[in-house]
Amino acid sequence: MSKRVTVVDYGIGNLLSVCRALTHEGGDVTLSGDPEVIRQADHLVVPGVGAFGQCTLELASRHLREPVLEFIQTGRPTLGICVGMQMMFDIGEEFGEHQGLGVFPGRVVAIDPRKADGGRRKIPHIGWNRLQVPNGRVWEGTMLAPVQPGESVYFVHSFSARCERPEDVLATVDYEDYEVVAAVGRDNVMGTQFHPEKSGDVGLRIVRQFLSL
Amino acid sequence: MRNLRLIARLDIKGPHLIKGVHLEGLRKIAGAPEDWARRYAEAGMDEILYMDIVASLYDRFSLSDLVRKTVDNVFIPVTVGGGLRTLEHVRQALQSGADKVAVNTAAIRRPEFIEEIASEFGQQVLMVSVEAKRQPNGGYLCFTDNGREHTGREVLDWVQEAVERGAGEVLVTSIDQEGTQRGFDLELAEKVTQGVDRPVIISGGFGQLDHLDAVIERADVDAVAFAHVLHYERVAPAAIRERAASLGRMVREV
Repeated sequence: MSKRVTVVDYGIGNLLSVCRALTHEGGDVTLSGDPEVIRQADHLVVPGVGAFGQCTLELASRHLREPVLEFIQTGRPTLGICVGMQMMFDIGEEFGEHQGLGVFPGRVVAIDPRKADGGRRKIPHIGWNRLQVPNGRVWEGTMLAPVQPGESVYFVHSFSARCERPEDVLATVDYEDYEVVAAVGRDNVMGTQFHPEKSGDVGLRIVRQFLSL
Repeated sequence: MRNLRLIARLDIKGPHLIKGVHLEGLRKIAGAPEDWARRYAEAGMDEILYMDIVASLYDRFSLSDLVRKTVDNVFIPVTVGGGLRTLEHVRQALQSGADKVAVNTAAIRRPEFIEEIASEFGQQVLMVSVEAKRQPNGGYLCFTDNGREHTGREVLDWVQEAVERGAGEVLVTSIDQEGTQRGFDLELAEKVTQGVDRPVIISGGFGQLDHLDAVIERADVDAVAFAHVLHYERVAPAAIRERAASLGRMVREV
């Protein structure tokens, strides 16, 4: 049986890859910017590419902020990807301070381009990096259940989330001694800083698992 | 640990995957390019780079169909270049499923094109591609149209301007080394990686695993492109990954 999933279309970026990955894993995908369709979804994916402020602005101007928050309230599975995950936080600091959806307490801040040893850390963080489990966290029962620690996923970003509640952090990666929050999760709401739709087989497993939640 | 991205570069002419020497003298390689791309993705290459190497002769962007067919089965980043002259071309490429575009000729002719792409689609989609040819006096000059057209721009000067204008990544292809399998142009790699603070992809000349050691030791490269050795199955992706890891660079688990 295919699983119905709605991808929020708010005029940002290329949503084709996300849709294809969902379809590939058995999702019955609807791409929509209609508040009613979003409220009716079984699974919701909030993608995001570009700058935090621009994404939140577009979401609000299309009257989609409230429908997304209402959907989350229903307890159905919600996945934010990249800036879609970042928008779930209180505040984003990219090009000034911008209000996020406030699902996860915390801020989205610039990755520090200076290393402790004085060297430079290239921004953006582009490429594959290995997922690590924070102390005390387990992936069982989450979208990362089918993933082994150390498996690699694909990142492209310059800003990174800082969680106020450590228990929200599902996975991290080490970007040249800078800890990047790679995935967050609480109850039915999940987010990945990486791109599961661009992370080969590992990413597809995560997509499949999300659809099965 | 610092990562190293391993990029499979597929030069395209019409419906064919081709391979040349010094970006010329083209030879067709049997099989659909999208099948090669899928094979590389599954074998653990990190990204796919398609270059339409005749497109700029015709002022067209012609790889939409190929990209569309590719991304049905390839779930790693795909970059497409060759013949992208307008924002509409870039939009077509992204809407076909490409994650990034590589731009050379159009950017060097009209540098504002870089800002236009970056502001419309974000810097993360834009790879500025440079074809570099070593000069008798030791410097490097930029060429376009697969090494045919001379621009008079000095390479370092141009990549620095391109980055200032909003290039997200820089792809540097050595025309001298390309297709020779004699190794990368190490001096070029060193100059460009030292000159800009954006990710740099080095292309042209890889023939054996020792060439990876040489370029990593000499230059702080972010990514390396492979063509010939993959298409003729001379070096396996797994062997490249292992060598990169043994050199202290992080590669993905496959």
